[in-house]
Amino acid sequence: MKHDFIDRYSRLESPVHALDPRAKIIALFVLIVACVLTPPTEWWPFAIYAALVVIIANASRLPVKYMVTRLLMVLPFVLVVAVFVPFMHKGGPSYDLGLFSVSRDGLLILWNVTIKALISVSCLILLSSTTQFGDLMHGFERLHVPRFFTTVASFMYRYLFVIVDEAERMKRARDSRNFRGRWIWHARVVGYMVASLFLRSQERAERVYQAMTARGFDGTFPRWTEPRMRAADYVFMIIVSLTAVAGRLVVIWT
Amino acid sequence: MDVIPLAGETAILIEGLSYSYPDGTEALKGVDLLVKQGESVALMGPNGAGKSTLALHLNGILTGQGRVEIMGIEVNRKNMRRVRDLVGLVFQDPDDQLFSPTVREDVAFGPLNQRLEPDQVEHAVSRALTWVGMEGSGERSPHHMSFGEKKRVSLATVLAMDPEILVLDEPAANLDPRGRRGFLELINILEATKVVVTHDLQMAREVCTRVVVMDGGRIVADGRPETVFADGTLLERHGLV
Repeated sequence: MKHDFIDRYSRLESPVHALDPRAKIIALFVLIVACVLTPPTEWWPFAIYAALVVIIANASRLPVKYMVTRLLMVLPFVLVVAVFVPFMHKGGPSYDLGLFSVSRDGLLILWNVTIKALISVSCLILLSSTTQFGDLMHGFERLHVPRFFTTVASFMYRYLFVIVDEAERMKRARDSRNFRGRWIWHARVVGYMVASLFLRSQERAERVYQAMTARGFDGTFPRWTEPRMRAADYVFMIIVSLTAVAGRLVVIWT
Repeated sequence: MDVIPLAGETAILIEGLSYSYPDGTEALKGVDLLVKQGESVALMGPNGAGKSTLALHLNGILTGQGRVEIMGIEVNRKNMRRVRDLVGLVFQDPDDQLFSPTVREDVAFGPLNQRLEPDQVEHAVSRALTWVGMEGSGERSPHHMSFGEKKRVSLATVLAMDPEILVLDEPAANLDPRGRRGFLELINILEATKVVVTHDLQMAREVCTRVVVMDGGRIVADGRPETVFADGTLLERHGLV
């Protein structure tokens, strides 16, 4: 079975793809932090952050449609939480719309949450779509993120779809035997399936570990190649970080 | 049982090996086996006969009671690293074997554990991938590959460690006929001592010079393929036909 992977477009060729993962991680992290720390009453900084995102996205040659669909997948979660705030928020000036009133502060919160979510998520999409997953993990490792986290993430990336396939095969086998009935029966069967999936995953984990041990694994992952950051990586990192920080500072100066 | 001509030095020596799983299942009940260097042994028998359990003893993944020696080195905690350098295990399901995000990293995993220098690792990786006909696939990720390709890469991950003894668990299972033929040809040209765990009589004939039949945790027959396979009663009794 074929699945979409989060790093589906990570094999495109573009200036952004060619950058060292560390440069991208640091630059986009600085951008996210700057964005999150900006007061929502300021407009200019957000325009600067958004411009940065658009410029990088454009240089990365990611399809626009892909970027937008990815964003739309995250947005509902934000909206569900924030969309009622303008109607519920009490106090402060409000706009009367007849049936209900809209709070000005509430609207500001909605704007705050939405724009920050959009920019932060765009940064993450850019990072994960222009870097192959393995390289991304290596980048984190070289930035001294504990090996434990990167290893767990790598295994998840590798085996998530193996397990999804397994679940889908079980589901098909179940449905082909004309599975239907009352919901209580449903719940039971689904429970069995989850349990059996868990056991299978555990057995697989054991076999994977055996296969690793058979190749001399002793709990440590020896390092191999350590690519160096090139001038272009530093340039990208510094320009993006400085622009983002400058965007944040605009607020203080004005 | 007929006598196997001595091909050379002892590769695998097993004496009185017994093993019970933690749940109490007795998987091996006193196995004795001697494999000479350069031999190619098919390890056959019904499901639950103890074949895979025995295979897992060959590089110390499991350790039971009794004695296992690999090229004169006893398999114990102290010698584990050397033993695992000597014995390469290729698991049946390539998804169990290939755990890294890219092929290159997975093939490099063994050589890195052998603490080779980076350029030696590089060399071992490209040599192993070329061997299995997967050169140029180094940057691909295993879950984008076909089953046959994953199988080849699995073999490469072990060949990269340059083992003296190769243990293959059901190497041809789930491969289509063309994939199977290619894979068996690949195994045939390897010079290592081979132990092939399988149910496949045809493959045992094609790849092996000796057949060892197990049932109920014991070795019940041992001989040349033509001799063992000529014994219809034996095959019938141990679920091989």
